This record gives sequence, C-alpha cells and structure tokens, in this order.
Amino acid sequence: MLVVDDLHVSFGGVTALAGVSFVVRPPSITSLIGPNGAGKTTAFNAITGYLRASRGRVTWDGAPLAGRPSDIARRGVVRTFQKTSVFPALSVFENVRTGLHLRGRAGVWSVLAGARRVRAEEARLAETAREILAFVGLDRRRDEIAGELPYGEQRLVELAVALAARPRLLLLDEPAAGMTGAEKERLIGMIRRIRAADVTVLLVEHDMKLVMGVSETVIVLNHGRVIAAGAPASIQAHPDVIRAYLGSSSAPA
Amino acid sequence: MIGRALVVASALALVTAPAWLASPYHLHVLIMAGVFAILALSLNLLLGYTGQLSLGHAAFFGIGAYTSALLALKLEWSFWLALPSAAVAAGLAGWAIGRLALKLRGAYFVLVTISFAGVISLVSINWMELTNGPLGLPGVPPPELGPWSLRTKTAYYYLVLAAAALAYLVCHRLVYSRIGRALVALRENEPLAESVGIDGTRYLVLAAVVSAALAGVAGSLYAHYTRFVSPEVFLFTYTVTMVIMVIAGGKGTLVGPVIGALLFTALPEALREAMAWQWQMLAYGVVLVVLVFFLPRGIVPAITARAARAAAASRAMRPGAAPR
Repeated sequence: MLVVDDLHVSFGGVTALAGVSFVVRPPSITSLIGPNGAGKTTAFNAITGYLRASRGRVTWDGAPLAGRPSDIARRGVVRTFQKTSVFPALSVFENVRTGLHLRGRAGVWSVLAGARRVRAEEARLAETAREILAFVGLDRRRDEIAGELPYGEQRLVELAVALAARPRLLLLDEPAAGMTGAEKERLIGMIRRIRAADVTVLLVEHDMKLVMGVSETVIVLNHGRVIAAGAPASIQAHPDVIRAYLGSSSAPA
Repeated sequence: MIGRALVVASALALVTAPAWLASPYHLHVLIMAGVFAILALSLNLLLGYTGQLSLGHAAFFGIGAYTSALLALKLEWSFWLALPSAAVAAGLAGWAIGRLALKLRGAYFVLVTISFAGVISLVSINWMELTNGPLGLPGVPPPELGPWSLRTKTAYYYLVLAAAALAYLVCHRLVYSRIGRALVALRENEPLAESVGIDGTRYLVLAAVVSAALAGVAGSLYAHYTRFVSPEVFLFTYTVTMVIMVIAGGKGTLVGPVIGALLFTALPEALREAMAWQWQMLAYGVVLVVLVFFLPRGIVPAITARAARAAAASRAMRPGAAPR
C-alpha cells in the first residue's frame, strides 16, 4: 500500500502541496486529477524522489519511501514523465533493454571476464525486451530511433521502458497526452492488462473519459490539497469537484 | 561482409607492421600511436559514453607513468608488477576525483579534472625527494620477459599492440553490457535513467575508475618505452591531443578513438617531414577545422552512416525487394 501522509512542498514562496494525504491500495487503478497547478506532478515528483518534501512522509509496503529516484525504483515504484521522456538517440529496442537494468545482475568483473552467465543473461534480457515491445505493440518499430517516432508512439516507448523496470507501483503522468482516439483505446486496454498482472497503477490524466472509465478510485487535488476521493461515480457527482475542476459538462478534455 | 574483411586486413597489417615498415622511426610512431590509442579509448569511455568531459586526463596518464617508473627505479619492481600497480594508482585517483566531482557533473567535472591535473603537476615538480622535480626520472628499465629484455622497438611494439588490444576488449565488453547501457542512459536522459533504477553517481564513478586505470596503463607503457619520466607527462597538450583524437575519430564509438589516435599521431610526424615547423601547426589546425566542419560527428560515424545509406539504397534497388 502507498501511504502519502501530510506532504508539503513549496517552491520559494509558492506552495505546491499543502498537506496532501491519500492512500493507494494494491492492486488497483487510482487516478489523481485536478486543474493545472493543483500539484499532481509535484506529488509524483515527491513520491518518486525527484523532489524533497519539506514535511510529511511517503511509505510503500510499510517502509518509508526515501532516497534517490534509483533507490525508489529498486523498491518497485516506477514513474513516467509528463513531458515525453525517452532515450532519444537509441533505438526502441535499446530503450527497453536499458529499462531492464534492474533485472540484470552482471557486475563489472563478470562483464570484463566475458563470463558465460553474462551472455546467458543478455540473451534472456533481449527476449524480455521483445516481449515488452510486443505488449505495447511496438515490435515492428524496434529498430527505429526513439526520438524520431511520432509523439504517441514515443509515449508507448516510455511506457515500455517503465514496464521494463518491473514496477509493482506504476505512476503514469498524462500517458494519453498527444495520443489519437485509437491510441487512447489501446492505452486503456494496456493499463487494464497491467493492473491484471498485479501492478498497481497511479494515474495523472486530464482525459476524464479515460480516467472515469478505467479508475477504481479517483483522488482530486486542488491548490495543493485533496478535496475529494472515492469511486468515479461519486467523484463525478461531488459538488466541490464540479466547482473546482469538472464544471457542469464533466468532460473538459 | 566488407566490414569483416576490413577488420581482418587491419589486424594483419598491424601484426605484420614491423616486417614491412621502412624504418625504426616509423615503428616508433606506431608505438606512440598505440599508447595514444589506449589513452583515447580511456577518455572515450567518459566523454563518448557518459558525456562527461575530463580535461585532466593527462593526470591519470602521468600518475601511471610516475607510479610505474618509481616502483621500477626505487623498489626494483618488475615491469609486470609495476604496470598493474600503475593502473591501480591511476584508478584510485579516478575514484577520488569521480566521488568528488561527479555528484555535480558537467562543467564542475571539467573544472575539477583541470585543477586536479594542475595540482598533480605541481606536486611532481616540487616533491624533489620523490620525483626528482623538473629533472625527471631517467633510466626507467625496459620490461623483461623471462630471459629476454623487451628493449628493441619490435618487441615493445608487440607489447603495446597487445595492451591496446586488451584495452579495446575491456571497453568493448563494458560498452556492450548492462553497465555500458547504464552509462549511455545517463548521457542520453539522466532523470529517465534514474527512474528505472540506474544509480547515476555510482556508474559515472565506475566509468571514471576504469577510464583512469586505462590511462594509467598507457602511462606505464610510455614510461618504460621512453625510459624517462618528467613533469612534462602532465602537460595540458596531452589532454588536448586525446580530446582531438576522440572527437575527430568519433566519440561514443569504439573504433573511432583508435583511428583518431593513429591519424593524429602520424599526422604531426608526416608534417614534420614535409614542411618547416612554422607551417606544421598551421597545417595541423587546418586539417582539424576541415574534419570538424565536414565530419562533425567524427570519421567513424560518418563512414558507418554512409555505408548504412549505401546498403539501404542497394536493398531498395533490388528487384522484388520488400517495400519499406
């Protein structure tokens, strides 16, 4: 279980998070929504170690989640980024293989010695990379340079890299941004299948149709505070949420 | 495969070089090219793969040269013990500098490496009792292999060739492993690399250690070849030469720095034979500008890109080829 407790983050005089608390129960798909500047990405950054909170704490599996982003990834908490983030000069396949870092064991000495188990491990990792590419539907793009792909496909590369790190909690920051309708449909299917594989998903997304369709729990942030949390239906009917974010039509994106 | 034929031909040419090279002087140039190839490979590990520029790489070269020379002269250690000790000493220095500077990276790493080379150079000049100061350490013994002394140029050439091949193998294995992928990931996109569990500082320090150790090996080979070590080994010019070799040859490729080392060791020597010294530096500069202007990514990436285009074109020309 992810427990975020009284998280405070401020940038200079601007308060981004003013005591945010929520829980994410595994396995589930939970969404974090709210207007721009509500603190969604800041919360992601604080949870995954890219930002230090001035107060409050985050625990995962009952132990504090702290340290550098790489330490947090080692705990099975992996995130994607709001602004598309791939290894731009590498091929799609190399992107995923790089994401498999934590699944490899080979150390310096065995690599330098050219040990047989290192070669076996490389073969195994390459096979895993192929499986992940097939999962996100990029197997036919494997040799293309990631930075040269269309935007929607770069988002899939990013998802594949995150999955390669074998997350148990996956934080997706606006994964559908820039995707076409058909791509979004595929993404929804993927998120469901990720959840079915016992991975807990925490989602930041502006597309309300996607959020309400896929989430089990929705948490609403406004001005750095949680203003509501619950099942999608109750959130859609929540007066504070309608006032702060959804508006009367309830489908801004 | 043209590529494979080229590799076999180059390997054959290098192995048989002492037989067909016209003079010992040419063999000397090739030995120095070998030493510089190890240095360029070592710098490339940092500059080409992690993207961090060490402008104090001559320091690791010098530390290797002095360590090896001092162990051989003062403690009468065999070359075969002095060489790995030089690698260890330089590697330790690389570790210290890496721990110190790679938390900050980028410009700070450049500054710290420059300062480090300056400090080490001053130590070598002023610690008279140990280093003999500006007078240097003459009489570094040549390596011995059983009953044979490797004092001839031919013998030393094969020693340097073997060492360069080993350095190449070390870089090759590292680069094509999960460690090499971690290094490239840090160069390409550090926040993303961290998000999949790659500990930036740890892998950058590792690259600094291996890089410095290889430079130390080159220093040891240099010391036992010229048989004289002086504070000149710390000259900034050495670092600049290494950077030119890596960038002109193609940083982030394995063959590039080797080609760069061969070219930019041979070029000044060729120019020396062809023209007066005033013109040599000018011609060197012109060659460099032309290279950077026309092949900004370096010689090897330019050739491989051209070969890839040619291969793609010939596939497209073939009748019945699948459309891409």
